[in-house]
Amino acid sequence: MGTSTTATGATDLTRLSAAELATRLAAGEVSSVEVTQAHLERIAAVEPSVHAFLHIDDDGALATARDVDARRSAGERLHALAGVPIAVKDIVVTKDLPTTAGSKILQGWIPPYDATITTRLREAGLPILGKTNMDEFAMGSSTEHSAFGNTHNPWDLDRIPGGSGGGSAAAVAAYEAPLAIGTDTGGSIRQPGAVTGTVGVKPTYGGVSRYGLIALASSLDQAGPVTRTVLDSALLHELIGGHDPRDSTSIPEPLPPLVEAARAGAAGDLRGVRVGVVTELGGEGYQPGVRARFEESLELLRGAGAEIVEVSCPHFTYALGAYYLILPSEASSNLAKFDGMRFGLRVVPDGGDGLAATAERVMSATRGAGFGDEVKRRIILGTYALSAGYYDAYYGSAQKVRTLIQRDFAAAFEQADVLVSPTAPTTAFKLGEKLDDPLAMYLNDVATIPANLAGVPGMSVPNGLSDDGLPVGLQILAPAKADDRLYRVGAALEALLESTWGGPLLARAPELEVAR
Amino acid sequence: MSTISRDEVARVAGLARIDLTPAELDRLAGELDVIVQSVARVSEVATPDVPPTSHPLPMTNVFRADVPEPSLPVADILAGAPAAESGRFLVPQILEED
Repeated sequence: MGTSTTATGATDLTRLSAAELATRLAAGEVSSVEVTQAHLERIAAVEPSVHAFLHIDDDGALATARDVDARRSAGERLHALAGVPIAVKDIVVTKDLPTTAGSKILQGWIPPYDATITTRLREAGLPILGKTNMDEFAMGSSTEHSAFGNTHNPWDLDRIPGGSGGGSAAAVAAYEAPLAIGTDTGGSIRQPGAVTGTVGVKPTYGGVSRYGLIALASSLDQAGPVTRTVLDSALLHELIGGHDPRDSTSIPEPLPPLVEAARAGAAGDLRGVRVGVVTELGGEGYQPGVRARFEESLELLRGAGAEIVEVSCPHFTYALGAYYLILPSEASSNLAKFDGMRFGLRVVPDGGDGLAATAERVMSATRGAGFGDEVKRRIILGTYALSAGYYDAYYGSAQKVRTLIQRDFAAAFEQADVLVSPTAPTTAFKLGEKLDDPLAMYLNDVATIPANLAGVPGMSVPNGLSDDGLPVGLQILAPAKADDRLYRVGAALEALLESTWGGPLLARAPELEVAR
Repeated sequence: MSTISRDEVARVAGLARIDLTPAELDRLAGELDVIVQSVARVSEVATPDVPPTSHPLPMTNVFRADVPEPSLPVADILAGAPAAESGRFLVPQILEED
């Protein structure tokens, strides 16, 4: 693949992958200050049209870059990604940097501590460029539920970047950052990856610490990498993953070797790998272009020696229903902490009704004013599903479906080493198109949700353009704790696709207008 | 037939401590009704013989060593509070006036 150059003939550092930047940094060909400055300039140039960031930290990023450069000059041994800048989803708490989770209720809040992910990024010397836009508290599939404005898809600025992590995906797709952190509760890393032509990985549940993530649904949430290449995701995943004693749900075992799997996979040899096509995740409801690219990718995998088998997961058709009971139920509990007492917004009722402004009335007024429509919808749905008389029928039944879905996965992984499907049923839709139809919005996650319910890892790899010229993604799923399989198969598919395309898919994205 | 009425939404919003405007109540009642009817499909397969799963990883009783660790400074915590006084959160009255 060719390296982009600027008008002056210098390499455009923002077009390089994180792995390429790491190599140049280690060789002393570029400094972290140069790399970070290049990305900050790109951010300044395209943010007026993309709006991927809620907060940009020029000073903090450059301070980290200078520190890394100094330590490298002094001969210190550094992490492979030291000096490579990164964008962080605004649901990951960052000490001294605003963190809002896309909500008015947290506007202006500065966390007093770092998430474990943030600590690992800081310790490894990755300059944090800023915090990325998202649907409020990660509830949504389009980033339109952010309280702070829409993010625009770099492929077509009138379209959604996916969600909830639309900001992270758009930042990476628009070359504002080579790496980003996302979180995925029902597809919020993978679906934005698919619709922006980027790579996104939801690790095995418990594979990356949740300490310091603002919780949406604690039994489903998982943070992971958002990048332009599969290898970059592996590098970032190895940095942020692994056991954290501060998260009681963190897996107390080392990660499988992910970078090694990605490098091996890139050779494009999949002999001996059984790839299962999930019958229930395809067909009706999936755009013809999405289906066509999926079939072509299957042929490539077959050509690389993979054995393609058909598998059925009959209970996946109930996954969406189970998810939209479990998620709101857990969210209604997790978001109870936004009560206007200890941090964030406090709204005191005006007292016009003659009632005293008690803590309870302040809490209700604060939440009425501070939460957006989708958050209210889901908290009320969850409160309803958990309330006396309905618990067994709704939340109880959803938990049983979760068991059935786990059994479907167990049976499928008897027949196949990985499962594949389209990541999302459609390409990016127009901003506003589904905003008034919550159920239609929820259907975007139909293929990604089963993995969260079962805790298994998933990856979205860009696998072409649909008939409308917009990117689509292929989802790979693996058994719990076998994240390395995602990287082997994902890197193989990426290499096979790029050799047919003659370069990365993102090279075909339109050039963004640059502000001066 | 509607499964969740406007009154029911108002009652549940009260439990969830969220003030809603009359317009919000009208809209939410319609939307939640559609959503609840759709997700209620889960009961089709949730038969008594299927055990529930609450968590994807079977883990119980995760302990750490009982060693005291430093807490965050009080001033750092109170810096984010809507109101504070004398090193404490300042909150509205809890009880109604008599």
